[in-house]
Amino acid sequence: MALLEIRDVVRRFGDFVAVDHVSIDINAGEFFTLLGPSGCGKTTLLRMIAGFDLPDEGRILLNGEDLAGKPPEQRPVRTVFQSYALFPHMTVEGNVAFPLKMAHVPASEIPGKVAAALEDVRLSGFGKRLPNELSGGQKQRVAIARALVTHPPLLLLDEPLAALDAKLREEMQIELITLQKEVGITFVYVTHDQTEALALSHRIAVMNKGSVEQIDEPSRIYGFPRSRFVADFIGHCNVLSGRVLDNREGIVGIDMEGLGPVKVTTASGCRSGDQATIALRPEKIRIRKPDTPDGLDNHFGGSVQGMLYMGDVTVYMVHTDAGGKIETLLANSGSGRTRFFEIGDRVEVGWAADAGHFLES
Amino acid sequence: MAQQAGDRKSRWLVSGPPLLYLIFFFALPTLIMVLASFRSPGEFGGLTPLVGEDGVLDLNLESYARFFAESVYAEIFLKSVVIALVTTLICLLLAYPLALVIARSAKRRRDLLLLLVILPFWSNFLIRVYAWMIILGPQAALARGVNWLLALAGAEPVSLLFSPFAVLVCLVYVHLPFMVLPLYANLEKHDQALLDAAQDLGANGWQRFWRVTFPLSLPGVYAGAALVFIPALGIFAIPDILGGPNDSLIGNLIKQQFLETRDWPFGSVLSIVLTVAALGLAGLAAWVGRAGGGSGEAARRA
Ligand SMILES: Nc1ncnc2c1ncn2[C@@H]1O[C@H](COP(=O)(O)OP(=O)(O)OP(=O)(O)O)[C@@H](O)[C@H]1O
Ligand SMILES: [Mg+2]
Repeated sequence: MALLEIRDVVRRFGDFVAVDHVSIDINAGEFFTLLGPSGCGKTTLLRMIAGFDLPDEGRILLNGEDLAGKPPEQRPVRTVFQSYALFPHMTVEGNVAFPLKMAHVPASEIPGKVAAALEDVRLSGFGKRLPNELSGGQKQRVAIARALVTHPPLLLLDEPLAALDAKLREEMQIELITLQKEVGITFVYVTHDQTEALALSHRIAVMNKGSVEQIDEPSRIYGFPRSRFVADFIGHCNVLSGRVLDNREGIVGIDMEGLGPVKVTTASGCRSGDQATIALRPEKIRIRKPDTPDGLDNHFGGSVQGMLYMGDVTVYMVHTDAGGKIETLLANSGSGRTRFFEIGDRVEVGWAADAGHFLES
Repeated sequence: MAQQAGDRKSRWLVSGPPLLYLIFFFALPTLIMVLASFRSPGEFGGLTPLVGEDGVLDLNLESYARFFAESVYAEIFLKSVVIALVTTLICLLLAYPLALVIARSAKRRRDLLLLLVILPFWSNFLIRVYAWMIILGPQAALARGVNWLLALAGAEPVSLLFSPFAVLVCLVYVHLPFMVLPLYANLEKHDQALLDAAQDLGANGWQRFWRVTFPLSLPGVYAGAALVFIPALGIFAIPDILGGPNDSLIGNLIKQQFLETRDWPFGSVLSIVLTVAALGLAGLAAWVGRAGGGSGEAARRA
């Protein structure tokens, strides 16, 4: 049985459906991420798990027990708020001790537990400070220590790193992974940052307009996006569509708009005449000078229309001769060279038949 | 350097006029009053000349001696402090829930409720005090109801008017907005996320109030208490109009010294004692607030 079961949950605000028939099972010990663009209903879903909001339809079960009718203070679930929400009139210790006092933990046990929680987030020695004497990252750690000190079965984190700068965010990401492994508490993590989601999670639910598009491991979300939305939202992706020409022994020929005939391997049984859409990651596409044979299944001539130098890689936008657009990238590791092609250069792009991946919608 | 000098100049331009105003209309009169407290009363009011006919400076402690010699003054003084404290406490108990309700209601309702709180200011203070004469008068429903109940219990009828009760009721009524407004201004700024966090961490409604809302509202409580206590301590119109002959407060005494008995030095002594007491109590409250753990201090910083 899953630790947390979200069963067909719906939440409406007037006519607007903020959460639309969402069903998710989250297992004990998992680092589970809700990922989606702004306004897709992540916070609303989290607030319903915490008890600050109630579903209009559906049920939420923790350890098989329906949470309906339990106010937030009676749910064994803890939240780390985006604004930290530390009590400004209490010291760091006072903040961390708060949930212990609420749970009527004997006073003699409180200092030990507080110290242990502060050590977990590497804040020993900061206990006597007030929240306004801490940096953003330190406040975040106090908020996490406060939420973890009672060892809840489930921790909800709503974009906890959004307010931190890039460098600190990366540090905190690594710490969060370590911490989660150490304490063994199930994390439900909300973010709209796809790299963060891929880096942290055991599993990800990609949400769009209130519904879940795909629930999978990070590598599968990235490598095998189910829908066009997921493919687009997670990293860069070329989405190609066209009509199926033939299907011979798992190799499908598709007449792609803007390209022409493309070969794709598949396990699915699509038939000639079907519409098909495939997703193709830029890093799976080779870019090279024209007429340099490389034995790839698909190649098309075109010219460089734009480029973005990113440091480790350079992204090229190639317009094919048939009018299509292909995004590809090249690692800048070639001996000493940082640029291989200029805007306007004639190039050829190519990829293997198994590089593409069929989308369901 | 030049810019610093310019800064200083504009600072003086901004703070100069109010500073001058305070010097002329507050510091100087206070000094004059302190000086007057050491002088002798003139035969028909006023003061005797500072330098007597014998050419000796006429300064003495006679008025102070009189204040401390006759216990009736200290008693009236103590009674005034107690009444002002009770007024402050009742105002706090009435105003806190009111301010909380206003701060937590929807924007449009909040404006209406605030308007109702300050509405009494639109009519004259004395008119509002006289209104209580009618409300508490022997012919009004309130007094008749009370006396009817007393008669049922076999007790003697009482007069609500011209009693300490009337004075206290009116003191609370007049000062209530001064407690509600600073409390509201404080409570309105509270972050809902803190209450959500407290609830998430297991605090029920009462615990959320005592451990989060109330400590964070202490600056508002202190401000409101000062705004009520200090004027309530010096008031004379309310006991004059609504009190009985034994309900005089220190304010009445001071007014009497200046306007009726025309003993300026003694009036000055009473005023000084009043000022010192008010300052002392305010200092004591601040000290207690600071000593009361980090909470008061942090709340002020927040
Ligand atoms: N109390 C409310 N009343 C009306 N609409 C609401 C309310 N709360 C949320 N919504 C709407 O529901 C939708 C989902 O909101 P939610 O806060 O869950 O988004 P989110 O995925 O957390 O977005 P973000 O990444 O910007 O935080 C939004 O369109 C929002 O406007
Ligand atoms: Mg949100």
